[in-house]
Amino acid sequence: MSATAHAHIEDHADDHGHHHKETFVTKYIFSQDHKMIAKQYLITGVLFMGFIGIAMSLLFRMQLAWPGESFSVFEALLGKWAPGGVMDADIYLALVTIHGTIMVFFVLTAGLSGTFSNLLIPLQIGARDMASGFLNMVSYWLFFISCVVMLSSLFIEAGPAAAGWTIYPPLSALPMAQPGSGLGMTLWLVAMAIFIASSLLGSLNYIVTVINLRTKGMSMTRLPLTIWAFFVTAIIGVVSFPVLLSAALLLIMDRSFGTSFFLSDIFIQGEVLHYQGGSPVLYEHLFWFLGHPEVYIVLLPALGITSEVMSTNARKPIFGYRAMIASIIAIAFLSTIVWGHHMFISGMNPFLGSVFTFTTLLIAIPSAVKAFNYITTLWKGNLQLNPAMLFSIGLVSTFITGGLTGIILGDSTLDINVHDTYFVVAHFHLVMGISALYGVFAGIYHWFPKMFEGKMMNKNLGYVHFWITAICAYGVFFPMHFVGMAGVPRRYYENTAFPMFDELTDVQVLMTVFALIAGLAQLVFLGNFIYSMFYGKIGPKNPWKSNTLEWTTPQEHVHGNWPGAIPHVYRWAYDYSKTGEDGEYVIPGQDFIPQNVPLGDNEEEENH
Amino acid sequence: MTTFLILAVLVLVAIAIWQMTKIFELSQIKAVNSQIANDTDNKYNGYLLFLFLIFIYGITIFSFWKYGKMLLPEAASAHGAEYDNLMLVSMAIIFFVQTITQALLHYFGYKYRGEQGKKALFYADNDKLEFIWTIIPVIVLAGLILWGLYTWTSIMDINDEDDPIVVELYAQQFNWTARYAGADNVLGDANVRMIDIDRANILGVDESDDYAKDDIIVKELHLPVGRKVNFKMRSQDVLHSAYMPHFRAQMNCVPGMITQFSFTPSITTADMRNKPEIIDKVKRTNTIRAEKAAAGVENSDPWEFDYILLCNKICGKSHYNMQMKIIVEEEEDYNKWLAEQQTFSQSMASVQ
Repeated sequence: MSATAHAHIEDHADDHGHHHKETFVTKYIFSQDHKMIAKQYLITGVLFMGFIGIAMSLLFRMQLAWPGESFSVFEALLGKWAPGGVMDADIYLALVTIHGTIMVFFVLTAGLSGTFSNLLIPLQIGARDMASGFLNMVSYWLFFISCVVMLSSLFIEAGPAAAGWTIYPPLSALPMAQPGSGLGMTLWLVAMAIFIASSLLGSLNYIVTVINLRTKGMSMTRLPLTIWAFFVTAIIGVVSFPVLLSAALLLIMDRSFGTSFFLSDIFIQGEVLHYQGGSPVLYEHLFWFLGHPEVYIVLLPALGITSEVMSTNARKPIFGYRAMIASIIAIAFLSTIVWGHHMFISGMNPFLGSVFTFTTLLIAIPSAVKAFNYITTLWKGNLQLNPAMLFSIGLVSTFITGGLTGIILGDSTLDINVHDTYFVVAHFHLVMGISALYGVFAGIYHWFPKMFEGKMMNKNLGYVHFWITAICAYGVFFPMHFVGMAGVPRRYYENTAFPMFDELTDVQVLMTVFALIAGLAQLVFLGNFIYSMFYGKIGPKNPWKSNTLEWTTPQEHVHGNWPGAIPHVYRWAYDYSKTGEDGEYVIPGQDFIPQNVPLGDNEEEENH
Repeated sequence: MTTFLILAVLVLVAIAIWQMTKIFELSQIKAVNSQIANDTDNKYNGYLLFLFLIFIYGITIFSFWKYGKMLLPEAASAHGAEYDNLMLVSMAIIFFVQTITQALLHYFGYKYRGEQGKKALFYADNDKLEFIWTIIPVIVLAGLILWGLYTWTSIMDINDEDDPIVVELYAQQFNWTARYAGADNVLGDANVRMIDIDRANILGVDESDDYAKDDIIVKELHLPVGRKVNFKMRSQDVLHSAYMPHFRAQMNCVPGMITQFSFTPSITTADMRNKPEIIDKVKRTNTIRAEKAAAGVENSDPWEFDYILLCNKICGKSHYNMQMKIIVEEEEDYNKWLAEQQTFSQSMASVQ
């Protein structure tokens, strides 16, 4: 099969000269070129949706620090939901819900995978484009429609969905339970159904491309770890997203057609409803069957980006390449059988809880291996501390800090008292939120020249961005563990109803101040991005002296990526600082050997 | 005032960013103007990585020093002591690993910062190292898993040994009700379809069920110290979660299902109030509340410590204020209190 695919590519290599005439619409809007689609995802998914998601978090952090206080910014942005500038309790829940939804799905799933899988898969495996450029375009535009539907729910009379990003029924199923469960929830479900379709089209495309379109010599064990991560991520997506679709469909049925999949024995607002025999616990199972793998759909691409960026900038091979692949696969497999750890106290059978504790703590093993391998990659390196490298080191730091508390939450016993408290919020923000965002930033700083025809982002603004973000991320989420251990539940509009939480207001203020500063630092990034996009200085063709194939393409984008034949691959992607027996670099004066350089005489391929 | 403070912070941050950019720029005057890190960048950022390690340790120590005392007091239930031990050991392991790995990560970042002409070590693999850091987590986690599962199984084994009191916790938007099983210690049947608001049968208890007649429905939870309590949880509308943090107890309340949790309270409310850590906490809290009262904030009366039941599953607008007081007392006080309450049949009769 791959033989025919290669033959096809070779054919295509010959006819690169006669392109179809590109119009503005086919080049910038309905583009089928993976590089353009990657940029579309970056701008819609990461920059635009990310801006909205982060801005929402700043609003509700202000409410938490100064509960009931009047802010003109609330009045300006929330209008009737902030009468007199005081945030309403319903809109607080709506903000929390939409913040979670946007960040998890739109920014860190579609934005992250959409940008970097699209950009890097063809470039790094040596393909002219995705297996299906058309499906790729459809995938992006479905995502775009999904964004529009989700954002439109912010402007309706009763407000957007407000049942938490997990939208557990019956709260999400009954319009009389809260205003957000009316039209807002319908739009949420419609947006997510479209989103899932988009995600599946994208994932299938990534899988097929990686399997079929690798250039000659690019065996699976020569793939850069980025590609391994994107590939496995896509597989998890294909396995688990359809289950979320089924959950969403059944919920739509319960809401609109009177079925009782998730509902039973309900008395609300003075009347008994007809629902009988369903179970909200069933919904929780379906939701978390996606929901937990989703965490790794978010995290694995970030770890893949980190592997590549860290190795390149350390001028060293990634330590334990095969162990890294094995742990990606192990994490992916285990991630699909741990969902029950979100449900230890949901009322499901405690024995089932025991099983999930076991599988959950197992996942700590491949994660630990990855962390140790990153640290060893730094050891005795020649670290080029570019902004992307700093974000990669930052990722490992927050991944460890956040991952370790997973040992508490994954233990069914210990989960009893910290479940749904701020301890959980602190844990997952560090381990998947901040870590994945660092992965996104590392990727943007590193591949910006590839996306914008050689232009580079300003490094000093990058340093400022990193250091402020790094300090503030810990400043927000480290003290948050203490709030959780003091017993403060999440999704509370204010904690003033409980005098036992009074003294924790100080912590809330501290966290909010750090969050606001962190928010400002992202504006530095945004400014840097937009400025560099237009006026960035053109750097060298291979600015980070990297081995992977994308740097062999010309700076200006051409359809088909390489103007001539696709380069062949003769080695893995991590021959940094490789020396011969005489202790000199294999290529004199150059500490890296790109993948398309044939093995020299007397040079052995590493048995990595 | 707050707005002014925020504005001031914003301005200061903006100035700081501008200055930091300047410093980075000044440090590169000699270098070629390129956007790729040079030796100077590596040097400064290497030092900053080391400082960042100190910052991580600093914020850890700061948080423990400043916020450590705000954590929940010692567990007030029998299984809670075991829970706290497991938590302590897990935390100790976590902090040990955290301290070492962060040190290595950031120290390497500082120590091996790049210099022109320096050669990195080509070091791609070492099976022995890989084995070591696979097997160590395996052993440590195996220990934690076994201990955790043992504790979990014993906590979740809800049985009728040791003569437990049976109490129903009933959740609705946005309040809690408790139903004691009464003299026969068996709860009468109940279902939302039997709710009769006009006759104040808010829990939908079956009036024709003999077991229901002596049930006692109250809005404040009293528990005798040292006696096992088996809780049966119900919800009438959406998911709620019965969270009793002082007892290390939590269970979701699911419409259409009866969920269970069981614990034995071990410290009375009165004894808890006399613990030094609680006295301190009450004092600190009341200082804050006095300030608030002076500023004219509502609901700022002095506070007295009480155990509390909170809702811990998002349930709607007033989720943040869905609570019930829990009082743990000596068995005779409990019996006296219970005897003063109306039974279900009495309250039904009084309606008619």
